[in-house]
Amino acid sequence: MEAFKNPFSLHLNAEDFLPAADEEKQQLIIMRESTTFWKDAWRRLTHNKVAMAAFVVIIIAILFAFVAPSFYPYAYDQQIRGSEFLHPMQYSAKELKAISAGQSVFPHFLGTDMHGRDMVIRLMMGTKISLLVGIIASMLVLLIGTVYGAISGFFGGVVDLVMMRIVDVIYSIPDMLTIILLQVTLKAPLTNLFDAHPSLGWLQAMGVPMVSIFLTFSLLYWTNMARIIRGQIMALKEQEFVTAAHALGASNSRIIIKHLIPNCISVLIVTATLEIPRAIFTEAFLSFLGLGVMNPMASLGSLASDAIGGMESYTYLLVAPAVAISLVILSFNLFGDGLRDAFDPKLKENK
Amino acid sequence: MGAYAIKRIGYALLTIFFISIITFTLMNLIPGGPFLSEKNIPPETVKALNVKYGLDKPLPQQYLNYMGKLITGDLGDSLKQKGRSADDIIFTAFPISAKLGGISILVAVILGVFMGSVSALNRGRFWDRLLMVVSTLGIAVPSFVMAAFLMLVFGVKLRWLPTMGLHSVTAFIMPCATLAFYPMSYITRLMRSGMLDALDQDYIRTAKSKGVGKSLLLFKHALRNAVLPVITYLGPMIAYTVTGSFVVETVFNIPGLGREFIQCITARDYPLVMSTTIFLAVLIVLMNLVVDLSYKLIDPRITLQ
Repeated sequence: MEAFKNPFSLHLNAEDFLPAADEEKQQLIIMRESTTFWKDAWRRLTHNKVAMAAFVVIIIAILFAFVAPSFYPYAYDQQIRGSEFLHPMQYSAKELKAISAGQSVFPHFLGTDMHGRDMVIRLMMGTKISLLVGIIASMLVLLIGTVYGAISGFFGGVVDLVMMRIVDVIYSIPDMLTIILLQVTLKAPLTNLFDAHPSLGWLQAMGVPMVSIFLTFSLLYWTNMARIIRGQIMALKEQEFVTAAHALGASNSRIIIKHLIPNCISVLIVTATLEIPRAIFTEAFLSFLGLGVMNPMASLGSLASDAIGGMESYTYLLVAPAVAISLVILSFNLFGDGLRDAFDPKLKENK
Repeated sequence: MGAYAIKRIGYALLTIFFISIITFTLMNLIPGGPFLSEKNIPPETVKALNVKYGLDKPLPQQYLNYMGKLITGDLGDSLKQKGRSADDIIFTAFPISAKLGGISILVAVILGVFMGSVSALNRGRFWDRLLMVVSTLGIAVPSFVMAAFLMLVFGVKLRWLPTMGLHSVTAFIMPCATLAFYPMSYITRLMRSGMLDALDQDYIRTAKSKGVGKSLLLFKHALRNAVLPVITYLGPMIAYTVTGSFVVETVFNIPGLGREFIQCITARDYPLVMSTTIFLAVLIVLMNLVVDLSYKLIDPRITLQ
């Protein structure tokens, strides 16, 4: 009967209204699955070979610094008598005797230093301290910069003006000079403070130089982060969802925390990542000046600078930490760049 | 422009005031006087010394005294180097550092601009890749590692270059290379992206279609616009060169202001630390001011707030 239907008839074809078969449904599905912001960024990041290589190096460095020492037979402050200044894979006379007596002696893959300390474990310790300095400093910068920048950007007007002028002044203070000064002068007051208040023991465990490094970072280095966040917040606060939140009676702090900061999270991550190598760099520089971590603790910077004095005869002592610090800084820089490209591919086009 | 300049100068003065307050407060936080490190001084002598150097007066007055002297150009005496004034030490040491820093900045800018342009013009090809590897390394290697490496290879192993002092022309090579490596790498990257950006612009295509020659196109049209980000980097670069000189002068044993600064820090020579810091800080702030003001002259398109 259908076959004879008049094409101009207004009668509807009942078959058109039957539920679709699975096969038909399949045709309607769009070729690619819809992707979220994070998935998209992750895909771009994993396709970036340089960034992934850097990421692998960072993971290896973290394992090397935090996991490997617990399996290693030497301790970072263990001074082996008679094993001073061993070249890589060399054994001291005492150790050779032990070996010939059938005992097994763990080799010094990178030799030992002037006090007979094994360089591999020193390097692990150094990497650990450098990474910790970088990560903690970057977290402090992230925290202070975000809070400051968000308040300044959100309230605008006079608040913004005053807050940004303060940033301008702090920004134009030469940071390295101030850091050196703070390092020199904070040592004594901090030691006094720790002696007077034993409850601050956890801070003391980090050591006075570490505390003053973090203090200087939290005093001086957050300005860049604050400026970036302020710019982001100022652009975001004009958008409709903020007006909507206001209309619903959300408080200012709720709008900042729940609506504005989550929207600049990618900028936060990128800036914080790029802050890590900067902190490692600064700590290394301070160690070189003798203002960094104290013996027997070690950072990559202090290991390298300790080795400079004797580098003519004991070059190997310099090479390992120098390579390690360059590699760590390089990896964080490249990974940070990769993250930025992944979050904001528009930026990459004119690079 | 006038209002902008006045505003910038006002900020610069405010910054300098801030720095002097910071240095002064910090110096006074240190418990014990500067004379404590010398053994067995009778208390009367310490008192006499304190009176002589004005350390017995209340702090605000000490600060005012200090600033008053500073403005008249008297930077105070060194506590440790007997009979030498801070101005004397600063002005004998500074020209050496200035020469070193000036040469390094020149080298960094010239090589950086050249390398960045070469890199951009050969985008994706061998030279671009090589220069990008070099400049990436330059940003990642700390200056003291670089200094030690150069010294080891060219000074100790090959014995081509002197390892200390600045007594000959060849002695400048290693310190300047160390100081210039980081800023050169940074400028190379800035220049590369600036050049790629500029070459993409419509006016370059217009110039090309008008039949402008290749070298004129590059130097007159592209380079002038690509070089602008490099000028904005000059301010930070001056600050970097000052701090870099601490490392370089210490490693290569050059009697400049950088080594002097590190020495007076180790010796806790407060007046000298303070006057050197203020001197260097004022230098950096003023240089930044000059760079800031010169943007407008160089690029009239920039509207200054």
